[in-house]
Amino acid sequence: METKAFQKIYTKISKVTKATCSLHATDVGYEEMALVNGRLSQVVKILGDEVTLQIFSGTEGVPTNAEVVFLGKPPTLKVSDELAGRFFNAYGEPIDGGPAIDGEERQIGGPSVNPVKREQPSKLIATGIAGIDLNNTIVTGQKIPFFTDPNQPFNQVMAMVGLRAEADKIILGGMGLTNDDYLFYKNIFDNAGALDRIISFVNTTEDPPVERLLVPDMALTAAEYFAYDKNEKVLVLLTDMTLYADALSIVSNRMDQIPSKDSMPGSLYSDLAKIYEKAVQFPAGGSITIIAVTTLSGGDITHAIPDNTGYITEGQLFLRRDTDIGKVIIDPFRSLSRLKQLVIGKQTRKDHPQVMNAAIRLYADAANAKTKLENGFDLTEYDERTLEFAKEYSDKLLAIDVNIDIDKMLDTAWELFRKYFKPEEVGIKKEFVDAYWKN
Amino acid sequence: MKEENKTKGKVTGIIANLVYVEVDGPVHQNEICYIYLEGSNLMAEVIKVMGEYAYVQVFESTRGLKIGADVEFSGQMLEVTLGPGILSKNYDGLQNDLDKMQDMFLNRGEYTFALDNDTIWGFKPLAKPDDTVTAGDWLGEVKENWMSHKIMVPFIFKGQYTVKSIAAAGDYKINKTIAILTDSKGKDVEVNMMQKWPVKIPIRAFREKPRPFIILETGVRCMDTLNPITEGGTGFIPGPFGCGKTVLQHAISKQAEADMVIMAACGERANEVVEIFKEFPELEDPRTGRKLKERTTIIANTSNMPVAAREASVYTAMTIAEYYRSMGHKVLLLADSTSRWAQALREMSNRMEELPGPDAFPMDLPAIISNFYSRAGFVYLNNGKTGSITFIGTVSPAGGNLKEPVTESTKKVARCFYALSQQRADSKRYPAIDPIESYSKYLEYDEVHEYLKEHFGKDWLENVILTKDILLRGREAYEQINILGDDGVPIDYHLRYWKSEVIDFIILQQDAFDKIDASTPVERQKYMLYSVLKICEAEFEFESFEEINPYFKRIINLYKQMNYSEFKSIEFNNFEKELETVILERKK
Repeated sequence: METKAFQKIYTKISKVTKATCSLHATDVGYEEMALVNGRLSQVVKILGDEVTLQIFSGTEGVPTNAEVVFLGKPPTLKVSDELAGRFFNAYGEPIDGGPAIDGEERQIGGPSVNPVKREQPSKLIATGIAGIDLNNTIVTGQKIPFFTDPNQPFNQVMAMVGLRAEADKIILGGMGLTNDDYLFYKNIFDNAGALDRIISFVNTTEDPPVERLLVPDMALTAAEYFAYDKNEKVLVLLTDMTLYADALSIVSNRMDQIPSKDSMPGSLYSDLAKIYEKAVQFPAGGSITIIAVTTLSGGDITHAIPDNTGYITEGQLFLRRDTDIGKVIIDPFRSLSRLKQLVIGKQTRKDHPQVMNAAIRLYADAANAKTKLENGFDLTEYDERTLEFAKEYSDKLLAIDVNIDIDKMLDTAWELFRKYFKPEEVGIKKEFVDAYWKN
Repeated sequence: MKEENKTKGKVTGIIANLVYVEVDGPVHQNEICYIYLEGSNLMAEVIKVMGEYAYVQVFESTRGLKIGADVEFSGQMLEVTLGPGILSKNYDGLQNDLDKMQDMFLNRGEYTFALDNDTIWGFKPLAKPDDTVTAGDWLGEVKENWMSHKIMVPFIFKGQYTVKSIAAAGDYKINKTIAILTDSKGKDVEVNMMQKWPVKIPIRAFREKPRPFIILETGVRCMDTLNPITEGGTGFIPGPFGCGKTVLQHAISKQAEADMVIMAACGERANEVVEIFKEFPELEDPRTGRKLKERTTIIANTSNMPVAAREASVYTAMTIAEYYRSMGHKVLLLADSTSRWAQALREMSNRMEELPGPDAFPMDLPAIISNFYSRAGFVYLNNGKTGSITFIGTVSPAGGNLKEPVTESTKKVARCFYALSQQRADSKRYPAIDPIESYSKYLEYDEVHEYLKEHFGKDWLENVILTKDILLRGREAYEQINILGDDGVPIDYHLRYWKSEVIDFIILQQDAFDKIDASTPVERQKYMLYSVLKICEAEFEFESFEEINPYFKRIINLYKQMNYSEFKSIEFNNFEKELETVILERKK
């Protein structure tokens, strides 16, 4: 963004804090962008003629006589088909060495879709991973995060899901990505020959953390362009939302706001909801699906960030290492896709809901048996069978390296039921048992 | 207030959606004002007054707002418009008709009229000239969908009025005068089918609010059978995310035996509201054969819509509920989730730099919640007819921890507590209502005992208590087995545990997505409970504990097939017969 001729330049800053500076200025709009000695900043508070600016890159070295120019508009992104295949920073400026984008300039963080104009999400997204397709089926227009400890391979899983999902556009919003992870995404997209479908907005760990706050809105403004204006199926990958929330807490702390749970701002729920609720199925066929990553600390989902996220998103996918089989699995207990009911048994085979639940119930029985074993008790013959079942179920269906279609997943589940149980132990409607319990 | 006397003001400060306005005249607390911004008006509410400055919370984004912007005060508090046409509408938190908005996106400052000016209603007078009437009395009625919608003396009318004239039966639009009333000083007032009422003030046009005593049938077994809610009762459903709060609320909204259902989607997911938008016009109300949409009004202020309007949305919903209760209807009001509303209060309190209470919530949160819940209830109207608002709110406790301010404040006022348990949800035992933690205070009411005796059976209450005891004993036995091991406890412990499992699987668990199992009428609930209790009270013969598990699994499996079958169908009866033979195998 550049300054224009005949703009008023202010040169007297009255207050400087770690993230903000204040000055006397008039005719300034709320949330307007400004340049402070060339650094981008945004209006966060106006009281009388005192305007407080949040400087995204921090206030280190900002002098009281810095030149301040107001840009007369909130943050914007130029949208057009030229976005495809490009890499941008948090301000929407190219970082891949390519030319600037020509297109319509749009304010980011725009208004919400009228709920009565939304279409119900209804199209299944197949990923080949049974932990998702069988147990936690995802549909277009859904928003769902991976809950994962930082040591799990979440970036790999995200990239895999992204590439298999058959989206028209994949938009990556990287917040606090390490440079290595950034290169990983760049490589994997490149190798898949999918680079022309991919748009990336990236804030790496080398960039100032507060800049991250712009990334999701940038990514979603681009997503709205392709999904609404162009009726495309857009998949937005946001990683890592925990780092985004951390940036929120930095800002609110520097604005002297009273923190609520876990030092997070009281508005955390609304802040996150504004992002995730951009997931939508438009009636004309376009859709925005959001898959995000929320890293946990020691698996704690009661922390304010995963907790608020869980209340907003339509389920969560929980990554965990199963030491019995030595693989990373999608934990069937703590994972959930709220929108699966819209497609399972409808776009998939009729026995899908019951098979899914029966398998998880038996897996729960195995967990109980395991507790018994750990407490040093004898196992019943049934317990032994559930344990055997659980191992195979985990290996053949829950592990993230599975890549089969949904019918095959269901057949595999039936196969396992038959191998370890009697029909009455499985508790499935008789009509399905009659149809699929083959000897 | 007259047009020319309107107080005006200028914006002097902006912090997110909290705006300071310097005013030139009187303002009152909670007054609505409009801030002019780029050709549109942003609606805002006064929440604090300091000398010449009014602090207002704006119901929209304040992006681009500048110091010095003009403000005009309306002289009114936040009001809803009441009249025929509310039923089946989809509103936002401020009662804007969402269907009247043209764009895909919600435009800032776009407000749409809540009713329809051009719809013609078939009016039938109920009052006669010379009748003495007071606020809330019925003057006439129109058919709204299939419900009788009463046209009432406006609630703001104070004292007694005499009906001077009333329109003849015929077709009218809502703004047509249908009656002329004369007040005690002889002044005439015209009344049409429409009236306004401030949402924060309860409508009190009824004679008496007794303790509720009629059970409200929801078709959800673990509610109706174990912890029933009453018509006019209050309840709340706290639970961590993913425990099925919303599925349960939707089930209740579909199945409950109410005349009208109002759903306030307060700060929750838009796709969940879309589900209702799409499904309710298709789904049938099994009692009336009408579409569910015909009895439902939705207030959608989803989580991405303006935060300040979230608070308004629950009040808007409650006021509409009170309006329909005054017509003698059974109204069910569901709010999902009251925690989001409390969070909206917290955000504002924080911006106003008020001293925070626990978890940074405002100090008066318990009072606000209890005032709100107390607006529900069963009433005798002035004409002796009855009406009710049953209110069920969900609570989303942070971290699933029930010791947080919103849950605790709600627990003090709501009479039914349906605790959703993470553990039950993890093992897919839905609905995940914990049978031991949950309670219904109504089971302690003598009036309710009488009602149960008459409508459910003389020994019903005893059986319900017995069921709860069996569940508790089962849980204790289970804990013992876990501590001491399968063979470390007497066989009897296994038996106790498995008997409680039969109740758990057959009475408590219910498949909300199965056509038949989703909703169980009371008759069927009674039948099943008596049947299951018979097994729980029977004595069985087992050689070793290892025989118990497979045997009871067979029983549970057969019962489940019964739950999935049409009540008393051939299929159902066959499973029941098979069950009887299985029971005889082991019965002493």
